[in-house]
Amino acid sequence: MPRIVVDVMLKPEILDPQGKAIVGALPRLGFTEFSAVRQGKRFELTVDGEVTDEILAKAREAAETMLSNPVIEDVVNVEVVAD
Amino acid sequence: MTETPLIGEVSSGVASAALSGARIGVVTFPGTLDDRDAARAVRLAGATAVELWHGDNELADVDAVVIPGGFSYGDYLRAGAISRFAPLMSRIVDAANSDAKLPVLGICNGFQILTEAHLLPGSMIKNDHLKFLCRDQVLRVENNTTAWTNAYAAGQEITVPLKNQDGQYIADEKTLDALEAEGRVAFRYVGMNPNGSRRDIAGITNAAGNVVGLMPHPEHAIEVGYGPDHTGTDGLGFFTSVLNTLLGGK
Repeated sequence: MPRIVVDVMLKPEILDPQGKAIVGALPRLGFTEFSAVRQGKRFELTVDGEVTDEILAKAREAAETMLSNPVIEDVVNVEVVAD
Repeated sequence: MTETPLIGEVSSGVASAALSGARIGVVTFPGTLDDRDAARAVRLAGATAVELWHGDNELADVDAVVIPGGFSYGDYLRAGAISRFAPLMSRIVDAANSDAKLPVLGICNGFQILTEAHLLPGSMIKNDHLKFLCRDQVLRVENNTTAWTNAYAAGQEITVPLKNQDGQYIADEKTLDALEAEGRVAFRYVGMNPNGSRRDIAGITNAAGNVVGLMPHPEHAIEVGYGPDHTGTDGLGFFTSVLNTLLGGK
């Protein structure tokens, strides 16, 4: 079954408290190479059958209206993944 | 709604027939926690509490609506994001935006639902310190002309419980400036900012003043004997305010 992957991130101007906590913890395990972390969300929408342009457009609409809140988040990626 | 025995001394005055004729709906979603307390606050103020279920399609002739706190749908997706699409929410949004201007109060998760439903601007993200925080919180009443705040004096400081993890109010600078300019900041945190909210904002109102949302919990501060100084009734004014509004007192 093909899936449509939707990635959502907090807007760049919004401080991500979770990402900040993660970057603070990474050096404790010896990971000192990373200066910042931002945490996002990945959604996988399974489609029964072929992903048409129409279905992809519906996925984009769902991403903008429900999967993300445009006040605080951006939809950064919508793509089809075949298994 | 099942009658809960009142523990504290009821000192809010004698409920008149006019007051008890006012029907205040309290919405329950899957995962709502504070609906009983909200209904109790409504009754202590003298009105009749009406139980509303999120799946209902009708508002049951209520005169106002309280969307109480909790973790509706487990805060899945975003706090309030799924509740926003409940059938009853469509009725509430329509009624709040109608000429009748149905008074709507969103408390904590209810505030989050109101922002997700676009009845109020901005949004809430995780507290800046990442912890769930529960404390007695001092608030300043910045706007005492709304349907839910007219029983308070302008600038009055009240103490009510605060308890949340996703309580950091955010909006872009333009929206924040507009809220300030239009007097739509209803409450501000005093003494300390418990969650990193922009400009210490604890609660806001819509332009018409009928829709108010805040993170702290006035419905938990309605009876004598509780709170830091045992007066415990600082939150009751929300519920008497809306009765003033409904009975034409303001």
